[in-house]
Amino acid sequence: MADIYFNGKWIGHTSKPAEMAANIRKKRRQNSLLSQVNISYFPLHDEIRINTEHGRARRPLIIVENKKPKLTPVLLDKLKREKITWNYLIENGIIEYLDADEEENTFIAINENELTNKHTHLEIDPIGILGVPTTLIPYPEFSRGDRINFGAKMIGQSVGIPATNFTLRTDTKFNILVYPQVPLVNTITSDILRRFPSGHNLVIAVMCHEGYNVNDAIVLNKSSIERGLFRSFYFRTYDAMKKRYWGGQEDDICVPQPGIMGHRGEDAYKDLDEDGILNPESKVESDSILIGRTSPLRFLTSEEFIADIENIRETSLSVRHGERGIVDTVLITETPDANQLIKMKIRDQRIPEIGDKFASRHGQKGIVGLMIPHEDMPFTREGVVPDIIFNPHAIPSRMTVGHLLEIIGGKLGAYSGEHINASAFNYTSEEEIRKSMKSLGFRNDGKQVLYNGKSGEILKVLIFTGISYYLRLDHMVTDKIHVRGRGPVTLLTKQPTEGRAKRGGLRLGEMEQQCLIGHGAALTLKERFDSDKVDIPICKGCGFVATFDVIKNKSYCSLCKKSDVAWVETSYAFKLTLDELKSLGIYPKIKTEEL
Amino acid sequence: MTIKLPEKIEKEVKKYFEDEKIPEKERKQIEEKVIKLYKEYKYSPEEPVGVITAQSLSEPATQLTMRTYHFAGTAGIQVTLGLPRMIEIFDARKSPTTPSMMIYILQEFQDIEKVKKIAEQIKEVKVKDVVKTTTVDMTDLWVKCKPDMSKLKRYGIEMKTLKKKLKVRDGLVDVDEEENVIIVKLKKKDIAGLYKLKYNFLETHIAGIKGITQVIVLKEGDEWVINTLGSNLKKVFNVEGVDTTKTFSNDIFEIYSVLGIEAARNSIINEARYTMEEQGLGVDVRYVMILADLMTFEGDIRAIGRYGISGQKSSILVRASFEETKKHFIAASISGESDGLRGTVENIMMNQVAPIGTGSFELIGRIPEKKKK
Repeated sequence: MADIYFNGKWIGHTSKPAEMAANIRKKRRQNSLLSQVNISYFPLHDEIRINTEHGRARRPLIIVENKKPKLTPVLLDKLKREKITWNYLIENGIIEYLDADEEENTFIAINENELTNKHTHLEIDPIGILGVPTTLIPYPEFSRGDRINFGAKMIGQSVGIPATNFTLRTDTKFNILVYPQVPLVNTITSDILRRFPSGHNLVIAVMCHEGYNVNDAIVLNKSSIERGLFRSFYFRTYDAMKKRYWGGQEDDICVPQPGIMGHRGEDAYKDLDEDGILNPESKVESDSILIGRTSPLRFLTSEEFIADIENIRETSLSVRHGERGIVDTVLITETPDANQLIKMKIRDQRIPEIGDKFASRHGQKGIVGLMIPHEDMPFTREGVVPDIIFNPHAIPSRMTVGHLLEIIGGKLGAYSGEHINASAFNYTSEEEIRKSMKSLGFRNDGKQVLYNGKSGEILKVLIFTGISYYLRLDHMVTDKIHVRGRGPVTLLTKQPTEGRAKRGGLRLGEMEQQCLIGHGAALTLKERFDSDKVDIPICKGCGFVATFDVIKNKSYCSLCKKSDVAWVETSYAFKLTLDELKSLGIYPKIKTEEL
Repeated sequence: MTIKLPEKIEKEVKKYFEDEKIPEKERKQIEEKVIKLYKEYKYSPEEPVGVITAQSLSEPATQLTMRTYHFAGTAGIQVTLGLPRMIEIFDARKSPTTPSMMIYILQEFQDIEKVKKIAEQIKEVKVKDVVKTTTVDMTDLWVKCKPDMSKLKRYGIEMKTLKKKLKVRDGLVDVDEEENVIIVKLKKKDIAGLYKLKYNFLETHIAGIKGITQVIVLKEGDEWVINTLGSNLKKVFNVEGVDTTKTFSNDIFEIYSVLGIEAARNSIINEARYTMEEQGLGVDVRYVMILADLMTFEGDIRAIGRYGISGQKSSILVRASFEETKKHFIAASISGESDGLRGTVENIMMNQVAPIGTGSFELIGRIPEKKKK
């Protein structure tokens, strides 16, 4: 008896599981059951799983019966002439959507010519075996698998136009690329995703350049950037709520008046409008105030209300540390519990700079190492100047031949004015590209004579040039650059804070400490770990930390009532350890000794 | 100050002089230069050798991948290698996951047939290795088995001797020599024990050395050696033809109990080096030697870690900062221990100058203050 599970719940059993599954499938194909129903039979576990829930990844496949795919040339022709629709195919049992479970019961042919009697389905196109980002990679069969994987991952990180309604959206943060382009070397799926392009077609020269593109760095043409290459906008939405508290008190959105607890000085609020909210199109810098707000003091009941003193504190919303921009949109609305809500979108133009990350679609990522003006870039006889100089050393070990094919394919596309199809399993071949290049009067290998941009001399070797689609990735230096000279410390240990957002330091960890020990640099070591240094008075009698009275300028031990005290230099963290030991009931006694 | 060169270097220098026929005049010059170089390479006083050792060993150890390479199809025994083996050695595990021995054979036994015979002598034979069929009688409560006579012959076991040799828990062994059958009867009339009896019977040891499950004869250079899976040094040393001066096991504790602590120290060095070299990592022997010395100098093998060296440090603060902080503090407070703060770690914790390298020197003499006139 096979168990039947409906959406993961046991609902019954059957003695004819295979027949049952076949029956339900038949009904689904006859359109008497919803097409979303998926059924699968697992003989090993002897169970049937029926899934109808949302959130399953499903994909369409052509149904095959007796070696014949149901999508016949006649139907295909009708589809082309728009006599029938996609829905027609699904309703008539020609194409069905399968989920991961039901796929286990199928035998899917990738190409029509390999169909046997055992096959149950046929891929609509062989590209269907890949995921969406992977299908966007041109010439994937020519690169190593891991590179394809990296490439697909990086497409996901690219700055483009992820949604066409971005002016209306209030995502916490998102990026928009200015004037994105459709890739010259295309795949069938990037045709579908035409509305969401995410990069630019760059003229690329594969060569070294004065050591500024070693180790995966890239050299960009500064003039191209000034013309708008890879310019993008970074949006961040801030929100502030006017909260109501228990006891009738509430926040106030206003320009905070001097005298309020936590007031930042009148200068900080000078840009705010009368209502306490910044106007659109006003410039904001790091830490400047966006929305002025005051809140009642917490934990204060009405009985404790003290007259004559302002019982409010300042809780204004300010720009994140290290970010800047221009107020784009201000949205004033209400939450479901009738609190006023203000959303403010800040826009920041991001121009590519040294340290920004770029990548092609083949897992070849790199950081800008140098930006050189147009006139200093190498050039061809025709006067073509590359936008990017890509280091050839990135090729041999990674074996991304697909990238090279894309470059030469892009060159052909640019000169012939056509898009080049480079979809997986079905692409313009290298031979075709070479032939077309030759007929256009170029070398068939994509190499060209280049001239040194500074001296005008001919470069002694031929340079592989072409056009490659590049992506700007969402890792920009402005978001990451971080230095600290002095800054905040944590309350508990008096050690520096951690992390960029808290203006923290970089930890000199245990292994780095061992390095200093290894060099025998004892004094350097001490200096490095000085961040929480304190001088503490220790009672010579009991060995406890004594008290120092600043007013009387006198130190004494509150246990022994004596003032025989030794000053010891130690780390605050150690003093804390001693305190914690005391809380455990352990008496840590410090014996001091005259040096 | 005159520095004496170590014996090995001195020998090498002398050999070089004689090989190259260097005239007497130049010899002294060269010798001086060698001494100068030797001085330069020596560690200075207060150089933190331990930290350097730790770094020199652990940096390549980070590259020891978790996976071990399998050499499918090659003769030899699959032994745990790589990081797991490294951890095993330094944690001083009582027995390795794959104990193995390399048995060397004396010169007069260096003949393939003789070596094969020794190998067969060593390999443990259980009843299940020689049995053809077994039948279990549920009504009369006995297990009957038919041994494979050719196999018995190969291992040199006779039916006559079997009856004396075989001793099975809860069972009475009876050997029928005419029909070549072994019958084991259950002592207690308990049907539940019958299958247990069958299992016990099949696992009974009849010949060879206990624990040695696999034996492979290999050629190493021009001599035949036996590689085994499973280790039992003491018994293997008793086998005739085994070269007891060269034979070794990868079970460090076994070497310690059979051959003593010095042998165990060498075993640690050899095993650690072998494991590193297997993965293509070269580490200077001296580092491994320091580590092995540290593990063995107290007379028994101590592990690196909580229950070994790190847990036996004299300073409370050092022990507490490693692992099980509360345990050490509480134990120290109960016995009223005191910490002299003489180590490196303690002084780093307290933000004091640590007594290593440049920090190990103090101004001892006090400059007397000028007397006021």
